[in-house]
Amino acid sequence: MDNLVEVKNLAVSYFTYAGEVQSVRGVTFDIKRGKTTAIVGESGCGKTVTAKSLMGLIHKPGKILEGSQICFDGKDITNLSRKEWNSFRGKECSMIFQDALVSLNPTMKVGKQIAENLTNHNKSISKAELKKKAIEILELVEIPDAERCLEKYPHELSGGMRQRVMIAMALVTHPNLLIADEPTTALDVTIQAQIISLMKDLQKKMGMSIILITHDLGVVADIANEIIVMYAGKIVEKGSCRDIFYHPKHPYTWALLKSVPRVDYEGKQALMTIEGSIPDMTNPPKGCAFCSRCPYAMNICNEYEPPKTMLSNEHEVSCWLLDERADLSGVPDEIRRLKDE
Amino acid sequence: MWKYCGKKIIETLIVMLLISFFSFAIIYIAPGDISSMYITADMSEAEREAVLEKLGANKSLPEQYLGWLEKAVHGDFGVSLSNKASVAPQLMRRLPTTILLMGCALLLSLLLAIPLGLWAGYKKNGIVDNVISFISYIGMSIPSFWLGMLLIILFTAKLRILPSGGMHTVGKESLLDTIQHLIMPSLTLSLGTLATFIRYIRTNTIGQLAEEYVLTAEAKGTTAPNILRKHVLKNTLLPIITLLGMNLASLVCGSFIIESVFGWPGIGMFAMSAIGQRDYPIIMAYIMLSGFILVMGNLLADILYAFADPRIKRGIDRANGK
Repeated sequence: MDNLVEVKNLAVSYFTYAGEVQSVRGVTFDIKRGKTTAIVGESGCGKTVTAKSLMGLIHKPGKILEGSQICFDGKDITNLSRKEWNSFRGKECSMIFQDALVSLNPTMKVGKQIAENLTNHNKSISKAELKKKAIEILELVEIPDAERCLEKYPHELSGGMRQRVMIAMALVTHPNLLIADEPTTALDVTIQAQIISLMKDLQKKMGMSIILITHDLGVVADIANEIIVMYAGKIVEKGSCRDIFYHPKHPYTWALLKSVPRVDYEGKQALMTIEGSIPDMTNPPKGCAFCSRCPYAMNICNEYEPPKTMLSNEHEVSCWLLDERADLSGVPDEIRRLKDE
Repeated sequence: MWKYCGKKIIETLIVMLLISFFSFAIIYIAPGDISSMYITADMSEAEREAVLEKLGANKSLPEQYLGWLEKAVHGDFGVSLSNKASVAPQLMRRLPTTILLMGCALLLSLLLAIPLGLWAGYKKNGIVDNVISFISYIGMSIPSFWLGMLLIILFTAKLRILPSGGMHTVGKESLLDTIQHLIMPSLTLSLGTLATFIRYIRTNTIGQLAEEYVLTAEAKGTTAPNILRKHVLKNTLLPIITLLGMNLASLVCGSFIIESVFGWPGIGMFAMSAIGQRDYPIIMAYIMLSGFILVMGNLLADILYAFADPRIKRGIDRANGK
């Protein structure tokens, strides 16, 4: 079995005073063992909520809806008890967050915060053992002078160091899955690259799967094996890194790629922007959610949800343009080509 | 850090000097003085002068103030005008009594407020929270003298299980006896602070629980009680340190009202009677004591804060060029 996680039909809603906010509307995907899957999409598209559901971190007023299925290592984890969740979190699956400064407890020493993850899952572990393991993991994430770092408070470290500490804390228990929720967004570009390559290294050494959540396609190119593009709580396109970067079929994926600044653009080629904003999720559109912003939208897009089209074993797209009856006049060759292949 | 403490101490001295001057001046300006206790209507002008002279009440404000200040710096707060005994020892004798009562009250309110506040914050807007909040609103609204009298009526007059006032039953010196006398006044005193502390801790807990680091702790598999105890508690209590610092003054100086209601022989009651008699040396000594403790309480809170929150300590060190 090479799938660590199998998510089927996951739907999450937040029941607020304004009504039911349908954050995630039926997503299905697998996470392969030892591979990196990137979930990409703009703010509010449901990527963080998807990740939190894997950790059982959906709190009231949020709720995972009936019919959702999440299998972790062959075991259904949608109905775990509170106690089972506590032993699952941190041990089987760890999560790191965007801004390490606020995600670490400001009044607790780094060493203690790392050790906490170990003691949560093994009450009888000795102090010496704790320290040894903490130093080991800090050295693994390339923190110089690991022993001294244990005695420091988060604010005494630089941004990059803090994110390394976060990663160390998450990995000290050797989990099977690491969820990284925008781990590089709060960092400057050179540090971003360091953190990404560190995560790649660690994956080689420790063999865990990674889910990388980001809105920046530039970040994932180097590390992701698979990419899931989400829009308004649904997966619009899913495929290998190659598929997404070289053969994007969905206009949204295509637009996302066009809006990444690139050094190889000639002269003054303007960066593309996607006009408009995501639809109101208390009342999601009947048809394709992207249709109001899609330059190639047809009448049908407004009325019916696009079916999933499998272009290959892994490459899956939900768009009406792939239907053979679609009117492709005005659609750029890049997207059209795919259909012909 | 030391430089910071030194700076604070010098500030404290200046504040103390100002407090002493203004309180002295206010008493001076207020109509009437101690001489009214000695002067009678049938005294001659010369006799009145002699009394005023003897009491030093005929000197100008600066003269009187400087005279008082010179002695006060040496720890001599003069002699009580009403009972002719030295002031400082009289205050010191009552100090432990007051500290015992106020300490019990403060301890009681803290011990109850921390778990209740945390629990209420954790169960925000649930039944538990509503019950605790309701009780704390009542606690804040009830006037303490009224509650004190109610307790006396209930436990002393009706049930006859607790003594109504004082610190010892005549002829008894046992610890149990003192504890019995302590119960009602410390309960009455703690209710107000308890309610305030609960509200503060609840609000802070709600704020802290929304912080990202709580999510991180949860993602590590930390159980809810451990999140509250190990992560949230310390961050929640930081602002309480300031409250405690301000409460220190009342801890030492007592409460006029409660000490009077329960006849507790502490500093508050002592000062109350001194005010009635316009006994300046005692009033001045009392004001200086409470001012000093208040300022020290704030200083202590600042320093404690720096130790509890490493970020502040670094900020202080940096501001002082270290």
